[in-house]
Amino acid sequence: MDYILQPWPWYVAGPMMAIIMFTLVYFGKTFGMSSNLRTLCTIAGAGKKTKFFDFDWKAQRWNLTVVLGAVIGGFIAHFLLSVPTDIDLNPVTVESLSQYGFENIGKSLLPAELYSWDAVLSLKGLSILIIGGFLVGFGTRYAGGCTSGHAITGLSNLQLPSLIAVIGFFLGGLIMIHLVFPLIFG
Amino acid sequence: MKFIKFLLVGVVFGIVLVKSEAVSWYRIYEMFRFESFHMYGIIGSAVATGVLLMLLTKKFKFKNIEGGFMRVPDKEKGLVRYIVGGTLFGLGWALSGACPGPMYVLVGTGVFSILILIFAAILGTYVYGVLKDRLPH
Repeated sequence: MDYILQPWPWYVAGPMMAIIMFTLVYFGKTFGMSSNLRTLCTIAGAGKKTKFFDFDWKAQRWNLTVVLGAVIGGFIAHFLLSVPTDIDLNPVTVESLSQYGFENIGKSLLPAELYSWDAVLSLKGLSILIIGGFLVGFGTRYAGGCTSGHAITGLSNLQLPSLIAVIGFFLGGLIMIHLVFPLIFG
Repeated sequence: MKFIKFLLVGVVFGIVLVKSEAVSWYRIYEMFRFESFHMYGIIGSAVATGVLLMLLTKKFKFKNIEGGFMRVPDKEKGLVRYIVGGTLFGLGWALSGACPGPMYVLVGTGVFSILILIFAAILGTYVYGVLKDRLPH
């Protein structure tokens, strides 16, 4: 039981992600979480004015069910299958964040500096979440997939477009962390 | 009842993402600074396992649950959309620490401020849909 309560190593998590992808293909579907954002637009009525959202969202109910399961899985893992554990970050990483003024680094999954209600209700904190979310939603649909659709499914199928997209993911991530973060937090 | 299997897939997905800390903003930050192998190990071993499973699928012509051959549709050819869209996604991923799977999983861990991020992501997808025909792909 202790093995389950402790954080799981990469060599357990990675193959399990591949098995999840494989299971969905076995069920006749494709692993792609970002498609749900488009489905939610359609449910909200975006299909009336925009062709891109004019499709039968009911065909995507299976994927929304995966989302519901993911929420439940997050709850189970966090509240029932975990003991309080600090994230075992590289001390160099911790030091860089403390220079940005972060506190309690790695004590929870998300930093209070970004996700606590105090942070969210400040202009800076709210802007970070809205800009970050917008870029994720816009970018993933422009690129035709996210980490699940491109990095795991696409690369597993040796798709060149997915390799290009993943290179883009890293290009964007490196620009954000190394060039933009010093401007936001420095 | 046919949805139960998808619910279970989602539950396992959520558990793996939390237990491996892949939903942690800190792990994403650490990854983009190349200061830990952890995330590379997850993505790398997922892809290695996935490549193996898909090669076996093609070689032995596995059937899916509906009786057809198991397959994944090819991605459309292109360059601009993948590199530009991918880069925009990467900027948002690194800033928020959450991609379109983890953002739902985090709701389950009790971080309700993530709902703002999800709302913004839906908005971003909507704006893409509106501008789609005017963007280079």
